[in-house]
Amino acid sequence: MSTTHTAPGGAPASLDVTGTKAVPFARLTSVELRKMVDTRAGLWLMVVIVLLTGLFVTLLAIFGDNGATDERTFVNYLGATATPQGFLLPVMGILLVTSEWSQRTALVTFTLTPERVKVIAAKTVAALIIGLAAVLVAMGMAAAAAALAGPENAFEGVAASDFGSFGLLQAMGILQGLGFGLLFLNSAVAIVVFFVVPIAFNVLVTIVPWLQDAAPWIDISTAQTPLFGFDPNTGQDLEGGMTAEAWAQLASTSAIWIVLPIAVGIWRVLRSEAK
Amino acid sequence: MITVEGLTKVFPGGFRALDDVSFTCRPGTVTGFLGPNGAGKTTAMRIMTGLTSASAGQALIGGHRYARIPNPGLHVGVLLDASAQHAGRTGREVLTLGAKTMGLPASRVDEMLELVSLTPKEAGRRVRNYSLGMRQRLGIAHALLGDPQVLILDEPANGLDPAGIHWMRSLLRSYADRGGTVLLSSHLLHEVEVIADEMVVIGQGRIVAQGTKAELLQTSGCFVRSADDAALSEALARHDLVAEPGPTGGLRTDAEPKLVGEIALGAGLALSELRPADGAGLEEMFLQLTAETQREGSQA
Repeated sequence: MSTTHTAPGGAPASLDVTGTKAVPFARLTSVELRKMVDTRAGLWLMVVIVLLTGLFVTLLAIFGDNGATDERTFVNYLGATATPQGFLLPVMGILLVTSEWSQRTALVTFTLTPERVKVIAAKTVAALIIGLAAVLVAMGMAAAAAALAGPENAFEGVAASDFGSFGLLQAMGILQGLGFGLLFLNSAVAIVVFFVVPIAFNVLVTIVPWLQDAAPWIDISTAQTPLFGFDPNTGQDLEGGMTAEAWAQLASTSAIWIVLPIAVGIWRVLRSEAK
Repeated sequence: MITVEGLTKVFPGGFRALDDVSFTCRPGTVTGFLGPNGAGKTTAMRIMTGLTSASAGQALIGGHRYARIPNPGLHVGVLLDASAQHAGRTGREVLTLGAKTMGLPASRVDEMLELVSLTPKEAGRRVRNYSLGMRQRLGIAHALLGDPQVLILDEPANGLDPAGIHWMRSLLRSYADRGGTVLLSSHLLHEVEVIADEMVVIGQGRIVAQGTKAELLQTSGCFVRSADDAALSEALARHDLVAEPGPTGGLRTDAEPKLVGEIALGAGLALSELRPADGAGLEEMFLQLTAETQREGSQA
């Protein structure tokens, strides 16, 4: 017993908590990081992310040179890793939240840390740390592949903004996944909705004429295309990268697809009964 | 140490899970929170640990609302549901996560595993392969990790075999003897009888009885059998005592055995049996509570 209390049979005693510090945020984050890899499912998700990233890089290395043009540049390798990571990192974000409900560990988590927003913040930081690690792995693989199996000019035209755009894209995916996880608190529903709704919305946007003009402002994948260096409307190569308008569109779609789900999700978690 | 005052919980839809519940748990004692399934025990414990909000009233632990206690695991050990653990984590990992959150050294995990008699081999198995009894032991180890001053345990004896219940009694007894405060719930009178010093009995959200085990389990009145029960009944009636015939003959009365003996002597009746009545009031009351809940369809 760390503090004194009255002898057995005494009157209801008080608890001296003045010497106890709150759980530091960094410790909470490290616990959340540990939770992501301490089950077979969690560990395998990480392994699969790395393996698929390697697989996509390898495929480009084998098939990227069609004789006429050698596509195997660093930027293209990096682009190849975006596909598996863009799929799996959001899933990791979703599971980080929803597994607390499906496995009912929220009961213990919120008993040890009653400040639920602090727990969600720690999960967010933990997910972004894993995302950063995944992006670094992708960059490492892309660089190695470009050096070993790429043309002599493989690193030509590589700009710092390429790294930034790639990192931002994955971070957005993770945060969106986290938001959908918080919103639905159910793995299956969150994953299905995460993948189906943006596609359905994207189809809707391309069919309905008046939505077409608004698409860059309300459809996240449309708004993200300038990050890859394409014009969202024409699909043509975009010179000069992100314009002020493109950034505004990215902010607008992020507010709809990332900030809103997270905000509503947090409200839901605060009100929900952790059973 | 635990003070529950006028606690009321009305769920959306109007279901009144708790209705003006008040009781206290003192340091050095084990308080049994007894009631049939759906009586409101779990709801009360969830409010105590800040997981559910109260509609009225409050629950304080050592003068604090649970959610306001910094690093609460170091002060209040909680086990609300032994099955609420990630099936894919090992028992040791479950405790390690708790210890890391609380900022405790890894050695504490080994100490707790030893305390609840989980072998290193068992601790290395995943929780999905645990029996309910093993989960309860793991849950108790988790609750005790932070060396708390207060323990709140919901149905901790559930799934334990008689030896396990005996083990838990010794564990909680020595914990309380060192000054700890224990509140544990159960839907089985027998379990609480074995483990607790004080009892709070709840039925349909209301407290129906509370006091020390000795007070609640004490028998009142006596059972008497004589050569002529009818004559004895009349003799008792002359002293304003009501006697009811027992199911297998004999009489049951609220009077003390000594008084009944004196009346029988005065009436010249030979007694063949005279003893304190069995069938404690608490057990009857508890059975009645359980029967009522079952009739209404139990809400676990």
